[in-house]
Amino acid sequence: MDALAALWDGAFGSAFAIWSATLVRATPLLLLGLAVALAFRAGLLNIGAEGQLLMGAVGASAAALSLGTAPRAIVVLAMLAAGATGGALWSGIAAWLKRRFGVLEVISTIMLNFIAAALVSWLVRGPLQEPTRIYPQSSTFSASAHWPFLIPGQRLHLGFAIGVVLALVLWWWFERTAGGFRVRAVGAGARAAASAGGVDVASTVMRVFLVSGAIAGIAGAAEVGGVTWALYEGLSPGYGYTAIAVALLARLDPRWIIATSIFFGALEAGAAAMQRDAQVPAVVVQIVVALVVLGVLAVTALRDKQMAQRLAVDAE
Amino acid sequence: MTREAALVLSGIRHRFGRTLALDDASIAVRRGTVHALLGENGAGKSTLMRIAFGMLRPEHGTIHLDGDAVAFASSAEAIAQGIGMVHQHFSLVSTMRAVENVALGARGRLDLAATAARMTAVAHATGLTIDPAAMSGDLSVSAQQRLEIVKALVRDARILILDEPGAVLTPDERAELDRWLRHFADGGGTVVLITHKVREALAVADDLTVLRRGRTVLHSARADVTEDAVIDAMTGESDVGAAWRIARTESDRPTAGAAALRSGATGTPVLALDHVHVVDERGVTRLADVTLTIARGEVLGVIGVEGAGARELLRVLAGRLLPSQGTVTRPAHVGFIPEDRLHDAVVPTFSLTENLALAEAGAARGTLDWRALVARTVDVITAHDVRNGAPERRIDTLSGGNQQKFVVGREDRIGLDALVAENPTRGLDLRAAHAVLDIVRRTGGGDVPSRAVVFYSTDLDEVLSVATRVVACFNGTVREVRPAEDPADRTPYARALVGAS
Repeated sequence: MDALAALWDGAFGSAFAIWSATLVRATPLLLLGLAVALAFRAGLLNIGAEGQLLMGAVGASAAALSLGTAPRAIVVLAMLAAGATGGALWSGIAAWLKRRFGVLEVISTIMLNFIAAALVSWLVRGPLQEPTRIYPQSSTFSASAHWPFLIPGQRLHLGFAIGVVLALVLWWWFERTAGGFRVRAVGAGARAAASAGGVDVASTVMRVFLVSGAIAGIAGAAEVGGVTWALYEGLSPGYGYTAIAVALLARLDPRWIIATSIFFGALEAGAAAMQRDAQVPAVVVQIVVALVVLGVLAVTALRDKQMAQRLAVDAE
Repeated sequence: MTREAALVLSGIRHRFGRTLALDDASIAVRRGTVHALLGENGAGKSTLMRIAFGMLRPEHGTIHLDGDAVAFASSAEAIAQGIGMVHQHFSLVSTMRAVENVALGARGRLDLAATAARMTAVAHATGLTIDPAAMSGDLSVSAQQRLEIVKALVRDARILILDEPGAVLTPDERAELDRWLRHFADGGGTVVLITHKVREALAVADDLTVLRRGRTVLHSARADVTEDAVIDAMTGESDVGAAWRIARTESDRPTAGAAALRSGATGTPVLALDHVHVVDERGVTRLADVTLTIARGEVLGVIGVEGAGARELLRVLAGRLLPSQGTVTRPAHVGFIPEDRLHDAVVPTFSLTENLALAEAGAARGTLDWRALVARTVDVITAHDVRNGAPERRIDTLSGGNQQKFVVGREDRIGLDALVAENPTRGLDLRAAHAVLDIVRRTGGGDVPSRAVVFYSTDLDEVLSVATRVVACFNGTVREVRPAEDPADRTPYARALVGAS
């Protein structure tokens, strides 16, 4: 019980817990969850949000470091653009491999995750290392590259607002626009989309891959711009993988991803507090998280199956 | 001569959720016979046989196998008792070899050599030859069906259940299958043939059972019934039976089409192919130098065996396949009813409205007007009598026939100038097939603008009942078939299918 209390306090127990811990941790999960959901909706199993986040962080860091003390608005916008480009370039490699050689994106994106992590390790010990050459990290960004906080005195930053807006836009796009409908059709029935709808499936998938990478890249930009103010090794504790659970738990609905990312953000924040205050290892929370995801997936699958059975008679 | 009962199901009741699929359904199949199980879509034919095959357990009723009461917990138990079932949608792994598909589901050590030897033995005994090393996905549809039968025979099936086996076959292949089934039955095997095609059933069956709405309504020896009696039993409505008989009479008279052909095309050309070649990704020529014009008001009937090029011809005409060489003239919007509905025509998990929107998904820009799309969906549902149709309902909750009616209605609206239909009545019952053929026949006139129609079917009768002109595909070439002097003479078509002039 102490552990659970510590978990709750760490996540929601105070204004600080909510605005500076839970929602700050939810931010990358929200953006990455959207990136994953967009890809999955198109039937594209992009497991590479992790690597795309790292490359977005690299792009944004490079922009922040090279622009130095230029006006804040310009630096932040440049970081956003560079982050999106970095992520899109990284997913673009997997997209090109898929289109040119038919390489399964599940394999290529996982491999690219490892490469991205190694690349960041090399960068922070090489070209982007801080001038004293002691720590494996970049120099701390100038104040112009610090993303604005949303609430005075709290650490919640611009990235969260971008994520919420993006979630609503993405939802609207899926439901109301021809482009979003095309993506859903490609994901749910690619052959029918091509044959009955004349949809160019291959280029739709390629575009989704690039945009998914770009959104993940923005998550990377938001992490370095809003939280760390420098490029680190181990910048992400596996946000890209947790984001898959975030997206699946929301059944790939962008609106629900806002909720599930906060749920997972709370668990992450609470787990840290629990380990600190109740000496319960944070892994326990990860196990609980994994069980929750498995449970939800099983219930969902079961419900689909029951529905299919109920309907089988009519469709015989 | 009375033969003893091999398989008897009596008083079977089965429910899916709240829907009663079978209610007091019975069938008694005598050993050494071919038994046709007839009924319209949704009558419960497949459900009854899935019960016999152990896939479903009945709520009520008994199953007797060779006189002994049995209760299968799974189809594995049914297989062990000598029952084999070939489903309408084959259960083959397309990326596996034939022999691996046969070995799949067997217990114990995987011995492909032994399995291949068993396949060869079956081939010797029955004439069903399949190359064990062939990749299943590369086999023609009829060869895949053969493979399914071999799969059952390798497991020593004495009772074979075939679900709509004729649906995917050309007339020749169907005749071949009928001959084989007869041979199998004469050798002491037992066959249950699930079908809704009365002629197909009467051609081969010794006995027949008719189900209507989950009940057995007719059980008779073949010799004791007429075609009309069977149709009446299936439909249960004499007026529908009558309408079908009128349609059938028309189909026996292909003269109208022949006359139109000789008088020359009257309308303006809508679809045209000029020296079109199609080479597939494996480098095989699918269409070779095809030149063809289809005018407004025409229904071009297309016939051809599997792999002869009809599939590619239809897709080139519908704009779904780009030719490797040559030019295609066609209107911007060509309605297309593909054969494989669930993969090529609809997204099963989408609602009816979404499936309507699907047809314009490629060309649509900006935002979608869902309210207007819903209204148009309702129009299609009412105009084409899509039973249980509602705009927000998932299309896979409808029966196959109603799904097809929806697709036909959708494409009917798109294809104002041209409509291409590929086996559009496949898997449909009499009533639904009749409705589909009516749309195909409606090439224009009155307040409907005149259009060009291309119609392919594996059923020659059906082609002749709608076509004003017939072309045959053979080995990638497309040639017009000149009808014989006697319109009832099918010889020219049969010869064209095998490439003889």
